[in-house]
Amino acid sequence: MTMAATQKVTCVEIGGIPIALSTCDDGFLGLLRQRYDGFLSTSRPEFELEFDLIPTGRASDDDVRVRREGDDWLVERGDFHARLNPRTGRGSVRQTANPYSLDSVLRILHSLIVSERGGFLLHAASAICRAPSASFDASFNGRAYLFSGVSGAGKTTMTRLATADITLLTDEISYLRPSADGYSAFGTPFAGELAKAGENCTAPVAALFFLDKGPENRVDELSPAEAIRRLMRNILFFAEDHGLVEKLLATACDFVTRVPIRRLTFYPDARVWDVVRNFERNFDRDFACNSQGVPEHA
Amino acid sequence: MPENCTYIARSSAIAARALAGEMMVMNSADSTFFTLNEVATAIFQAADGRTPLREIVRDRVCGQFDVDPEQAQADAEQFVAELSGHGILLVSNQPLAPEAR
Repeated sequence: MTMAATQKVTCVEIGGIPIALSTCDDGFLGLLRQRYDGFLSTSRPEFELEFDLIPTGRASDDDVRVRREGDDWLVERGDFHARLNPRTGRGSVRQTANPYSLDSVLRILHSLIVSERGGFLLHAASAICRAPSASFDASFNGRAYLFSGVSGAGKTTMTRLATADITLLTDEISYLRPSADGYSAFGTPFAGELAKAGENCTAPVAALFFLDKGPENRVDELSPAEAIRRLMRNILFFAEDHGLVEKLLATACDFVTRVPIRRLTFYPDARVWDVVRNFERNFDRDFACNSQGVPEHA
Repeated sequence: MPENCTYIARSSAIAARALAGEMMVMNSADSTFFTLNEVATAIFQAADGRTPLREIVRDRVCGQFDVDPEQAQADAEQFVAELSGHGILLVSNQPLAPEAR
């Protein structure tokens, strides 16, 4: 007689989307709770993922393949196989009990879920900055700044240079969702070289900077076409799905028209944050909202 | 039908949007992304599978932009070859039916 093992569940909420993760394995449950500590949630889950652990496997550098099979999303890489039905919210993951596969599965599933809702995951560090001049307004919790670029561009460097008054959302993967007056950035547990999860909080996006290291700190305008070229290069997107590609391109075009996007050339010392603080200090003057609540562009 | 005609059509497996006078094009199959300048956008938008490329260049490029016709035709052929290599445009020596895209 076989007896069904008891499933234990923990709920992880990233980007405001709670996902219940269930497993029969106490050790794996502990790994989940430890890895996503700070993002554990008591919200009612929107999705449920059941983990089926396999005893041996390998970490994989293989390309991930994401495709539709009927209503389901199928996500496959050498080290995992995941399936999610976005309509029912139920899915399953088959992988070894390693945290790297776990992170990859969650990142990819979130990229699919959020792209259907007009958001996206961006290869970018992000942080909440609050200019000292705004301190008279106790209800103002600051605005988020995004720092994007390929590996080596300076994402982790920017987060390492941040002072204590800056709230770090991530040094690697930024989570962006549309909001009434633009886009909001959410903290994520997906860390890069910093090896530290971001704060679990959110703020409206003030600007996106594409990073370049240089001999001095300076901010330059980017044309909309150049901005979208760079943006598309850094969005995490894997799906071979025409409908989702159309949605993503529409989202990217919308983002470029609603969020100031600049090139930030920086010399890697703490003074670069003065440039960001200066941008924040002048934000309301430079990007005052028009009657539709959409920022005007300089 | 004139001899040596080239017909071009936009693939159905792409997403495209105009932004600030340029066309953003993304291939659904491999997520490759292209931005087209004004001249390229004019050719891309006229790629209906029924109008010969030479006619598109004459009407949509030479008629709208200050370019040498021969140079425009050569540039257009190069552009079409490049985009067809990425699956963005389909090319044929016969008109392309919508279902073929």
